[in-house]
Amino acid sequence: MTNESHIHHPNYVKVWAALVVLLIVSLLGSMSHVRYVLLFAAFGVAAIKAYLVAKNFMHVTVEKRFVPYLLVLCLLFVVILFAGAAPDVMKHSGLHWNKDSAKQAVQSGMGAAPKHE
Amino acid sequence: MSTSAKPIANTRSATGIPTARLITWWVIASEIVIFGGLLATYVMHRIGHPEWADSASHTLTWAGAFNTFVLLTSSLCAVLAHKAADARDGPRAAKLLRVTSLGGLIFLSVKAYEWTIDIREGFVLSSGGFWSFYYALAGLHALHVLAGMIILLIVAADAAKNRELQRVECIGLYWHFVDIVWIFLFPLLYIAR
Amino acid sequence: MTTQVESLAHARPGFFQKYCWSTDHKIIAMQYLFTGMAMAAIGGYFAYVFRMQLGFPNQHVPGYGLVTPGKYNALVTMHGSIMIFWVAMPILIAAFGNFLIPLMVGCDDMAFPRINRLSYQIFLLSALMLLASFLVKGGPFGGAWTAYPPLSANGAYNLTPAGATMWLIAVALEFVAFLLGGINFTVTTMNSRAPGMKMFDIPMLVWMIVLASIIFMASVGPLIAGAVMLLFDQTMATGFYDPMRGGDPLLWQHLFWFFGHPEVYVVLLPAMGIVAEVLAVFARKKLFGYKTVLYTAWAVGFLSFVVWAHHQFVAGIDPRMANIFSITTLLISVPIAEMVFLYIATLYGGSIHLDTPMLWALGFIAEFLVGGVTGIFLGASGTDIYLHDTYFVIAHFHYTFVPIAIIAVYAGLTFWYPKMFGRMLNETLGKIHFWGTVIPFNVIFIPLFITGTAGDQRRVYSYAQFAEQARPELQHLRTTSTIALIVMLAFQFVFLFNFFWSLRHGKRADANPWRSATLEWTIPSPPPHGNFAELPTVYRGPYEYGLPGHAQDFLPQNVPD
Repeated sequence: MTNESHIHHPNYVKVWAALVVLLIVSLLGSMSHVRYVLLFAAFGVAAIKAYLVAKNFMHVTVEKRFVPYLLVLCLLFVVILFAGAAPDVMKHSGLHWNKDSAKQAVQSGMGAAPKHE
Repeated sequence: MSTSAKPIANTRSATGIPTARLITWWVIASEIVIFGGLLATYVMHRIGHPEWADSASHTLTWAGAFNTFVLLTSSLCAVLAHKAADARDGPRAAKLLRVTSLGGLIFLSVKAYEWTIDIREGFVLSSGGFWSFYYALAGLHALHVLAGMIILLIVAADAAKNRELQRVECIGLYWHFVDIVWIFLFPLLYIAR
Repeated sequence: MTTQVESLAHARPGFFQKYCWSTDHKIIAMQYLFTGMAMAAIGGYFAYVFRMQLGFPNQHVPGYGLVTPGKYNALVTMHGSIMIFWVAMPILIAAFGNFLIPLMVGCDDMAFPRINRLSYQIFLLSALMLLASFLVKGGPFGGAWTAYPPLSANGAYNLTPAGATMWLIAVALEFVAFLLGGINFTVTTMNSRAPGMKMFDIPMLVWMIVLASIIFMASVGPLIAGAVMLLFDQTMATGFYDPMRGGDPLLWQHLFWFFGHPEVYVVLLPAMGIVAEVLAVFARKKLFGYKTVLYTAWAVGFLSFVVWAHHQFVAGIDPRMANIFSITTLLISVPIAEMVFLYIATLYGGSIHLDTPMLWALGFIAEFLVGGVTGIFLGASGTDIYLHDTYFVIAHFHYTFVPIAIIAVYAGLTFWYPKMFGRMLNETLGKIHFWGTVIPFNVIFIPLFITGTAGDQRRVYSYAQFAEQARPELQHLRTTSTIALIVMLAFQFVFLFNFFWSLRHGKRADANPWRSATLEWTIPSPPPHGNFAELPTVYRGPYEYGLPGHAQDFLPQNVPD
């Protein structure tokens, strides 16, 4: 079963180095107190790392187009699930309804003096 | 692995993608919705419960960061194994796959140590909101790491004899996927506050 | 470009290797078929028992005993779970898919035969796990096939704690089996096709099974996550679904129905695929609008992912979400109706032969129409407020599920029986069985539309305590329904007799008794190991019938021009 090389192999060590640098960036960013820096350090960097792995290690971009379409479609389904369920699960009140136990949990949890940072 | 002949069905490729790689992509697609479902559920709760930040601050960020580094490096080894397999160097591919699997072992060992500390501090699966999700998410991921480790070794055994080299790329794809899931788990569980 | 099939040549296998440990897709198909039929007998028996309780309340049921409230709950839970997960899916997708896909696309087996074998083994394990739950303390799970927490999470509420966990594990195992099987079908169809078989030359049934597998795969993921969380709630004192512990029972409902609704299309599409194949052959006419049928099926598949909360209109979801889901639900009836129209158009102008398979296919269209139309009342959130959880819902989904899991299955079995077993079924018995099933079926469920609209709630073991429901005119309807069920079940023995008797004594079938154009009919009945002595090349689509100027009225796919 020959595996004809459908791939031109880039310098994988360079990609790895970039990933490690990004890891360090996310760690440094996590120590910030600015909300947007924190969010980017956490999720923005993660998205970039994921893209680098998908592109360079998994070679998604040189695959037949059906593959990235399929993967994106599955991600889309997850987004649809989130969109349909979050209004009930994430929120604690809506049109004529309240989730009292959750509201109470938030209140008592946030009301406590901040112990750690 | 057994030496039974493959059906012609396995060797055809009307799409142009070899069958083994095609089925690997389908497996990954199905895993996206499994992990995606659990992750989406966690995100819904986490956003709705800002008070979980207090619990979340107790996760051991250094362990998570080190494990991220371990998985990234093992992914490097996996793709280098693919490159070796493409060059039809089975023994080298096998060696790299075994190092990849070792990376998985290190990951799981660090996690075991990390969880021991967490449990000693009293944070268990039933400790409530954040911790239930933490153990469920990281646990499901760890199961996939374990399964991956085993398959890596099985593929390596064949590759060492220059057999079934197309599987090197396939198990690599799976391993990279497991790596990507962790790339998102790490900030969600360890950084985000 | 034909090839001799030598790859599967090996020593003659023993009994165990041939029937229990085989990787041959046809054997695996039979394993799924017979397991599904056995589970259908169990699920049907449970229906008999609980309908006896409803028709003749609080009396000893012959062949069972007294139905207590707890037993009633377990009976309806098991009936629903078994029929969907261990009858409809294994027969429609796994049995027909396994048997037919390699034959219809012209190859020698599935792309991954050993994964195929593994999928059946996991499936069998799931069935055994479910059956084992009948034997544990408390008995089988009684929290409804929808398993809403907190009832399903808390043993003190559902009174079947061991059964609940075993049920959950059985369902999870079944999911894994179908994930493996479905991916195998998809990859085989994508890659292993005969040379010359382009995308639009693939028989519609194969497309439908593959689409169903994809829909299943995409929708089951979040439920697997949800099942893990429910399992933890049941066994590890977590509170994923407990509002007092930061969880939300509505979350389970969303995760469940995000799968649950696409699931009905997972079983519908293969059924429609079977009907398409039968219609073309017995109308001697090309399937009308192949591409439209296909694109419409894709549309149904995609839309099925955005309608799920119509199961939750009265569960406490935000009413604004109910608006959105109402619109999408009513929308999805359009492509499905279109597919039915295309099937009717296939019949128009055709040369109709009313053999037994065709009777079943026509019966599917007629009965499914009733199911589809009554769904509109439930999809509109306003009327659903009244009808939710009544017998109207039960009647609606049986008018869809019975055509899917019973009528279409019989269409397929009577059609492909000659190919599977090398014998013909008896036509007279077939027709008796058909009418003896379809007529009583309507007598079972039309009364339930009426009792449902009159207020009969689901999952209630006796209406004696409900003054408005305990009226004699309603009880007459319930009893009528029960008697019709008994008649319908009795006629199934006609089929069973026909099925098993014909295995030995039926007229021997040649390769193509129905004169069909698809590839499975170009090889002997039953097909040998390896299927094709010479692998075929394909030159045309699958439905070339009614050809003017030709010696015969059909042209098989593999005959050169």
